[in-house]
Amino acid sequence: MSEIRDVAIDLGNVHTEHMKLNVGPQHPSTHGVLRLMVELEGEIVVDVVPHIGYLHRCFEKVCEQNTYTQIVPYVDRMDYVNSMNNELPYVIGVEKLLGITVSERIEAIRVICAELDRIASHEIAVATFGMDAGAFTPFLYLFRDREKILWVLEKLSGSRLLYNYIRIGGLMRDVYPTFKDDLRDIIKTVRETNAEINNLLNDNKIFVERCANIGILPPDVAINYGASGPMLRASGVRHDLRRVDPYSIYNKLDFEVCVGTGTMGTVGDSWDRNWVRMLEMEQSLRIIEQAMEMITDSSEDVRAGIPKRIAPKGELYSRAENPKGELGFYIVGDGKAKPQRVKGRSPCYVNLSIIPEISKGYMFADLIIILGSIDIVLGEIDR
Amino acid sequence: MESNFILELLGNNIWAYLITAAIPLVFVVVYALVAILGELKIASWVQDRLGPMRTGPWGIIQPVAEVVKLLQKEDITPRNANKPLFNTAPFVVFTGSFAAFAVIPYSSKFIPADINLGVFYIFAVSSFTVIAILMGGWASNNKYSVLGAVRSASQMISYEIPTSLSIIAIAALSNTLSVSGIINSQSGWFWNWNLLGGQGSAIKYLFIPFLLVLFIVYFVGSLAEANRTPFDIPEGESEIVGGYHTEYSSMKFAMFYFAEYANMYVVSAMITIMFLGGWNSPFGDFMNSPIWQAFWFIAKAMSFVFVQLWLRWTLPRVRVDQLMHICWKVMLPAAFVSLIGISLLGVIK
Repeated sequence: MSEIRDVAIDLGNVHTEHMKLNVGPQHPSTHGVLRLMVELEGEIVVDVVPHIGYLHRCFEKVCEQNTYTQIVPYVDRMDYVNSMNNELPYVIGVEKLLGITVSERIEAIRVICAELDRIASHEIAVATFGMDAGAFTPFLYLFRDREKILWVLEKLSGSRLLYNYIRIGGLMRDVYPTFKDDLRDIIKTVRETNAEINNLLNDNKIFVERCANIGILPPDVAINYGASGPMLRASGVRHDLRRVDPYSIYNKLDFEVCVGTGTMGTVGDSWDRNWVRMLEMEQSLRIIEQAMEMITDSSEDVRAGIPKRIAPKGELYSRAENPKGELGFYIVGDGKAKPQRVKGRSPCYVNLSIIPEISKGYMFADLIIILGSIDIVLGEIDR
Repeated sequence: MESNFILELLGNNIWAYLITAAIPLVFVVVYALVAILGELKIASWVQDRLGPMRTGPWGIIQPVAEVVKLLQKEDITPRNANKPLFNTAPFVVFTGSFAAFAVIPYSSKFIPADINLGVFYIFAVSSFTVIAILMGGWASNNKYSVLGAVRSASQMISYEIPTSLSIIAIAALSNTLSVSGIINSQSGWFWNWNLLGGQGSAIKYLFIPFLLVLFIVYFVGSLAEANRTPFDIPEGESEIVGGYHTEYSSMKFAMFYFAEYANMYVVSAMITIMFLGGWNSPFGDFMNSPIWQAFWFIAKAMSFVFVQLWLRWTLPRVRVDQLMHICWKVMLPAAFVSLIGISLLGVIK
């Protein structure tokens, strides 16, 4: 073993190889069960290939086996941190197929629920984004606040995450008497905490250095890929379905469409995507404040409008502004109690497809930041 | 040996030396338990929660429970790991951290080994940790571990340069590298501390900016050397899972954990020795008996351990290239300029 050999080193022939790194599905920063095949040159990302499907639950096929009402709780399970916003486009779509309308009071309650869940979803997005950058404390501050929102939604619907609250033609039940007080409490807390999060995280020099100019998504690329939601708006495109294609009572409400302005770096970088979410939380609070005034105490039965027989005929694409982007359902009904086809258009799925485009050339640590800034939920991507 | 009361009491025999060696070991174990509890509790107070509350009153037995839990865990060696290196690394890392305790004083009557190159010795043996981390990361046969180990090696070696410059400056100020020598040169009231220019005439106050720069350089550098936030890139959880200790479990993992906490105390003790008057009471001879000196020293060092914990739960993590930028382009020039300034002060004195 111990013989001495002359090893000829030909320096002209030294070659380096790219390292293939398997990120996930059990990786702390993939936000679920996503697998990224990353090709690294040292620490520089050369290529990223996202592999999905670990959470596939045959959503579209199951919908063909269930009645229209039974699909509502299944829609909840798509983007499980944000169920109210999932129910809204589906229910609106079926209502349009059936040709029924609901009262403004019910719409206001729906909008409040959707906006509450939007805040909860953005809070998770900002919290986990901070954690990807290594800041642990804002995560817990935001989760503490999110808990308050979940309590209110639990009081409304009886469950913490998967509400099954918005029904075709109405609601599961009416709001409880102290609902408005709870909302005012939430509005106050969320504003206070968001100011604190801006101090602690968003204006933090280290955090800005980590996120600004990282993963820049130019507006034309964003549009070509079909990105939507904060991802698109951060690139400076003023596109919000609540304004562009108003549904429910959004055309009666006063709120701004927040876009990225490149405050800390370039328009469309990771910092902008995060910042758009922070701004949207404030707009959601404004929407809640206005919609609260529309809930007048009345003796209206919110279940009265729920049709006895739901068997629409026709097909329709119904879409709504989810916190992650445009969530759409293409519903085909053939006059039976079960839909012939329900196709879900997942915003996260489309947004995730941009990651190979915007993460090449950055460092591996930046890839995690970019992934965090996209804000994906694998339940919706895999469906 | 006037700096070691055990040798004075028991004479110059093997038992006295064994006891001298045992006291730091006991101290490290107790300190690690306190620091783990401190980490848990400070994290929870920062984050507006209670932290462990069930294990004993206010959860004070929690660190014991954690150590017992780690002992019970299965000791896994990955099949394709390089077994000798993989199994040796945790012991080397702990040796590196614990060896520094040989010269860390407690009071003027108890310095386990009062060698005349004390500060240099601490600095030298602390570098052991790099070898161990590289060993562990490489032997794990895991890409994340290798990334963590390589990052760690480059980080720790880079940051040794600015920190060593600040050590050189202090040596120039105190004319010695001996721990007791440096501390004795700062005796008296707190304005004699090296942070405020050491002993000497009023002209020393002109040099306080340099010393402040050196202090900050040393503190930031020590954070990087102990792999603490915002420089915890080698074990950056969100990127490379656990870095070099991804594959370790059970007591071997606990060794890495222990070593990290021991390292935190070592760097804090170094700050105390070099800048904050070591065991000296801030108030001259008031409360300056050997027992009080132990109190002052540990209190000063622990307050820096606290600052490290506090920073950890407040700041995000920097990126590798930013880390190198801070080291080579910010801290190194600042340390050089300050070193020249301090040398001038040394000449004037």
